Amino acid sequence: MIRVKNIYKSFDRNEVLKGLNIDFKPQSVTAVLGPNSSGKTTLMKALLGMVLPDKGEIWIDKLDVRKESDYRKLIGYLPQIARFPENITVRELFEMISKLRNAPANSETLVDYFDLKPFLNKRLGHLSGGTRQKVNIVQAFMFDTPYLFLDEPTAGLDPLSLIKLKDLINAEKKKGKTILITSHIMSFVEEMADEVIYILDGQINFNGHPRQIISEYLANSLEEAIAKVLHGLPDIGQKNGQQNTRSTIIRSFKKENIDD
Amino acid sequence: MIRILKYSFFDLMRSRWTIVYCAFYGILTLALFGLNSDISKVIITLMNIVLTLVPLIAMIFGVIFYYNSREFVELLLAQPIKRKEIFIGQYLGVAFSLSLSLLIGLGIPFIFYGILSSTEIFNYLTLLLVGVMLSMIFAGIGFLIALKYQNKIKGFGIAIFTWLFMAIIYDGLFLLLLAIYRDYPLEQFSLFAAVLNPIDLSRILILMKLDISALMGYTGAVFQKFLGSQLGMTIAFATLLMWVIIPVSGINYISKRKDF
Repeated sequence: MIRVKNIYKSFDRNEVLKGLNIDFKPQSVTAVLGPNSSGKTTLMKALLGMVLPDKGEIWIDKLDVRKESDYRKLIGYLPQIARFPENITVRELFEMISKLRNAPANSETLVDYFDLKPFLNKRLGHLSGGTRQKVNIVQAFMFDTPYLFLDEPTAGLDPLSLIKLKDLINAEKKKGKTILITSHIMSFVEEMADEVIYILDGQINFNGHPRQIISEYLANSLEEAIAKVLHGLPDIGQKNGQQNTRSTIIRSFKKENIDD
Repeated sequence: MIRILKYSFFDLMRSRWTIVYCAFYGILTLALFGLNSDISKVIITLMNIVLTLVPLIAMIFGVIFYYNSREFVELLLAQPIKRKEIFIGQYLGVAFSLSLSLLIGLGIPFIFYGILSSTEIFNYLTLLLVGVMLSMIFAGIGFLIALKYQNKIKGFGIAIFTWLFMAIIYDGLFLLLLAIYRDYPLEQFSLFAAVLNPIDLSRILILMKLDISALMGYTGAVFQKFLGSQLGMTIAFATLLMWVIIPVSGINYISKRKDF
């Protein structure tokens, strides 16, 4: 169970999270969406204890993220940029992470699955971006953790690897894992996510099933629905004094959510 | 912490730059022996080079290593390890690999030229010890600066300036003060001022060992009296050790409060 209670975070004078509250739905795939620099990665990093919130609480399985470091045993994390020490080999990296976590790793199956065997003894600095991302995926999935945090998991992957990644995520979901994803590829989100949370102005703007959002916004796809949200920001409508039907729908949807 | 240390250490020991650094000292020492077979003179020449170059290289290595491992640090922070262990472990990895390169580079030619059976062995050991201490100190300061400043150019700028200040400007100011206040008794002051700068302190330690303090006149006698005693030597090495502890505590303090 992941519970985020009223967290605030600002970098210098730039307020990124402003009293964000959310309980992540257990045993499902939640996509964290939002415009650029809306605080998606900040939220994910706050969950991992990498960003320290100015105010608020975060609890993962009843462990206080601000005080503990051991709760991270429960999380497999795929960082956004896959860069590793250049002079160690792929095999050494897996061994190192496994030793650091003091947990058995299931890297061999995943190495076979992503055809990484020929690269095991290559230094990480000599790998291409896509291969490095596959290594990144393996290190995130190789422990049997109840939580998986994936920051832009599709970056740099070829179509075959992308299909493999989707299958892998679905398989992990079936095992009852709670998975958090950020992505800018809406088709991927639409296909994978059971729940979408949309961050705007440092707070949760809406959350719900992708299909629910698509129908609420009278859109054909999640991409279109999100574009409509961005386009129809209420304050823009007010400034111009021209409130169209689209923003009315959005307002009513938002109101509904607030009433909940 | 030991595991992080081990991996940073092996990562660096295999890096091209560490090997170049080690080879540089080896070739330099061999060249000096080629020009002059008097071990004592070779030690003095090396001292001048070590005192200037070791701080510079150690600082730059500290800065570069931190900036290069930033993304990898994100991955480490997502593991169930305390921040202190990550950063102190990495720092020790850099400091030890630099020290080892120095020891190998300076060690092999001296063994080849018969240092082990020479009367200069203690002076030589002082040179090595001072080199190792300076590597530890300045790698720590470099690491600290890089940790503090996100911006690489700023970080490098401040690191280079710190080196310039400690290796060159400090001596200039010191001399200037001695010249201005030459009518006053300055022995205590100059002793104090020299002890405060690890590079100056190291230089004096070696000069004292080499018995050429007579060159420094009356002040030299004061130094000899102070550093020649058991207590003085202990204070001098304790000060060098303090210079290691200060940046390391700084690394600990900043890393605890930093967002990644």
